[in-house]
Amino acid sequence: MDAASRSNALMAEIGSLIDTVESGGGVMRFPDTLPLRLEGGGQLVGLEVAYKTYGTLNEDRSNAVLVCHALTGDQYVASPHPTTGKPGWWTQLIGPGRPLDPSRYFIICTNVIGGCMGSTGPSSINPATGQPWGLTFPVITIGDMVRAQVMLMDQMGIASLFAVVGGSMGGMQALQWATEYPERVFSAICIASAPRHTAQNIAFNEVGRQAIMADPDWRGGDYARLGTRPEKGLAVARMAAHITYLSEPALQRKFGRELKKDDVSWGFDADFQIESYLRHQGASFVDRFDANSYLYITRALDYFDLAASHGGVLGEAFRKARNVRFCVLSFTSDWLYPTTESRDIVRALNAAGARASFVEIESDKGHDAFLLHEPIMEAALGGFLSSAAKARGLEP
Amino acid sequence: MSGGREDFREILRLVRPGTRVLDIGCGEGVLLEMMAQEKNIDGRGLEISPSGVAACLTRGLAVVQGDADRDLADFPTQAFDYAVLSQTLQAVREPRRVLEELLRIAERAVVSFPNFGHWRVRWALLAGGRMPMTGSLPTPWYETQNIHLCTVGDFVDLCDELGVEIEAAGAMAEGQPVREINPRSFMENLRAESAIFLLSRRTRTDGSTPEDRRPAKRASNDLFE
Repeated sequence: MDAASRSNALMAEIGSLIDTVESGGGVMRFPDTLPLRLEGGGQLVGLEVAYKTYGTLNEDRSNAVLVCHALTGDQYVASPHPTTGKPGWWTQLIGPGRPLDPSRYFIICTNVIGGCMGSTGPSSINPATGQPWGLTFPVITIGDMVRAQVMLMDQMGIASLFAVVGGSMGGMQALQWATEYPERVFSAICIASAPRHTAQNIAFNEVGRQAIMADPDWRGGDYARLGTRPEKGLAVARMAAHITYLSEPALQRKFGRELKKDDVSWGFDADFQIESYLRHQGASFVDRFDANSYLYITRALDYFDLAASHGGVLGEAFRKARNVRFCVLSFTSDWLYPTTESRDIVRALNAAGARASFVEIESDKGHDAFLLHEPIMEAALGGFLSSAAKARGLEP
Repeated sequence: MSGGREDFREILRLVRPGTRVLDIGCGEGVLLEMMAQEKNIDGRGLEISPSGVAACLTRGLAVVQGDADRDLADFPTQAFDYAVLSQTLQAVREPRRVLEELLRIAERAVVSFPNFGHWRVRWALLAGGRMPMTGSLPTPWYETQNIHLCTVGDFVDLCDELGVEIEAAGAMAEGQPVREINPRSFMENLRAESAIFLLSRRTRTDGSTPEDRRPAKRASNDLFE
C-alpha cells in the first residue's frame, strides 16, 4: 500500500465517521412537459437534477441558501463523497456554529447539469436513443446550469433565495443568478471567480480537453457505449488544471525539489515529489469524474461572459441587481481568477449602484484557497451572512 | 489613525439624513454604522485592511477593500452625496488627486486632518528642534504613516487652486466640541489642533452653483447651525 492509497483509505475512514448534517436530497426528475430550454438552442427533456440539503426550510420559505459548486465539485458539499469517502468539499463552512449553520438556513447544493453525479449530463442516457448521450449531448452554459437550479427551486416552492454562494465556477453561477433573477436573490457571494473567461483561462481548458480527446480510449466521446474509459487523457487534464489551482510559493514550500527516492532514476519515473503528487491527483480524479463532463463543463466556463449579453458593459449586467447584497472575495495568490477579475466585478457593481462588499484575502495557497480553512474568508462570510440574515428577519 | 469621537460626531452632524455617503478609510465601520443608525444614510466604505472590511461586513455594511490612492477611480462620477475622508488625507500618496477624486465621486466632501500649523507643532520645531508629537500627531516620525502633513493654510491654498468651495470649516481638539472657524484666519491656523472641512466644487461643467445642486427634497440646511 503506497502513501497515496493509505491516505485515501484513511480519508474514507474519517469520512464515514464524520457526522453529516445532511437533511435530505436525491434526484429531482422533471416531467417531459417541463423541459430545460438551452441557451445554445434546443432543450433537455426528462431533466434530472441531483441535490443535497442541510437544515430545514422555514415557514415563510425565506432561509434557503443555494451553494453552487466548481468545475469538478458536486452536490456533496457537506456529506462524505460516495466514491472517495472524503468529507464534503465545504464542510468547514457548513455545520453548527459555522458561517452556513443548518439550524438557521436551509442549504441546498445541486450537481450542475452537464455533471456526472446524478444530474443530466453527457454520461446520462439519452431518452430518445436509450444510449449514453456522449458527444450528442447539447453544449450547455452557466446560464443553463442556473436555469436548471431555478426549476428545482420552483419545485421546492422557494420563490426567493436568501443567498446564492459559490467559489470559482460556483461564483459565476451566483453572479448569473443575481443578474438574471435579481428578484429571487436577496444576497450573492462570489468567491475566487470572474465575470468571464480570459484567453489564459480558455487556453488551460483547451489543454485539458485536447488531452482527453487525444486518449484513444475516448473513442470520439462514445467510450461509455463502447466500454472504454479515457482515464489517461482525463488524468493529464486534471494534472494540468491542478497546477492552476495552486501557487508557485505553495508548491515550492510543499515539494520544492524533493525526490521520492535517494537519487534520480535517470529515466522518466516520478523522481520528484511534485510529479508523484500530480500523478496521484490525476489518477484519483478519474475514479470520480467523467471525461465528457469535463469537456462540457469547461466549455460552459469558456462561453461565460456576463457582460456579453449586456452590450459588453459589465455594469449594465448588474443594473437590475441593485437591491441584491453582494459579497465578492478573492485571494492574493490566485492566478487562475486573479483579484483583478474580482475588482472588475466590484467596479461594475459600484457603477450600477449595487450594494457591494469586497475583500482580497492574503493567502499563498492559490485558487484552491477558497476550499481551505481561511479565517478571514470565514469571518467575512459569517459576518456578511449573519448581517444579511438580520436584514431579512431570519432568527439567529 | 482613526479619527477621534469629536471628528465622528461632527461628520455625523454635517451629513444630511437619507443621503448616500462613501466613507474612505472606514476602518471597522464605526462611523458608517453611526451614520446609518442616526442619519439613515445609504453608506458605502473603502478600507485598506482585510480584517477591517471583515469587521464592517459583520456590522452589515457594504465595504470594499482598497486604498484611496488607487481605488477611488473605480467609483462612478457623482454616485454619492458625500465622500468622507477622516484623518486620512495626510497619509495618502497623492492628496491633491484624492481630493479631486472625492469631489468627482460626490457632491460634497468632508475632510479632516491634523493641523501642522498648530502652535504646539510649531513650538516643538522652533524650541525643541524635534518633530512634534501631539494629541493629533501621536506617532514618532520614523513610524508615522503621515507622509503629506499640511497646515490649515496649506489646505485652504490647495482648495483655492483646485477651485473647491469651502462651505464650512471647524477646529477640533480632543475632548472639546468642534468650533466653527474662518479657515483663512492666521490665528485659527495656530489654534486648531485638527481641522474639519465641508467642501463642494465651485463650478461644474454645466455652470451650476453649489446652491443649484443642493437637492430640493432635503429640508434641513444647517451645516454648522
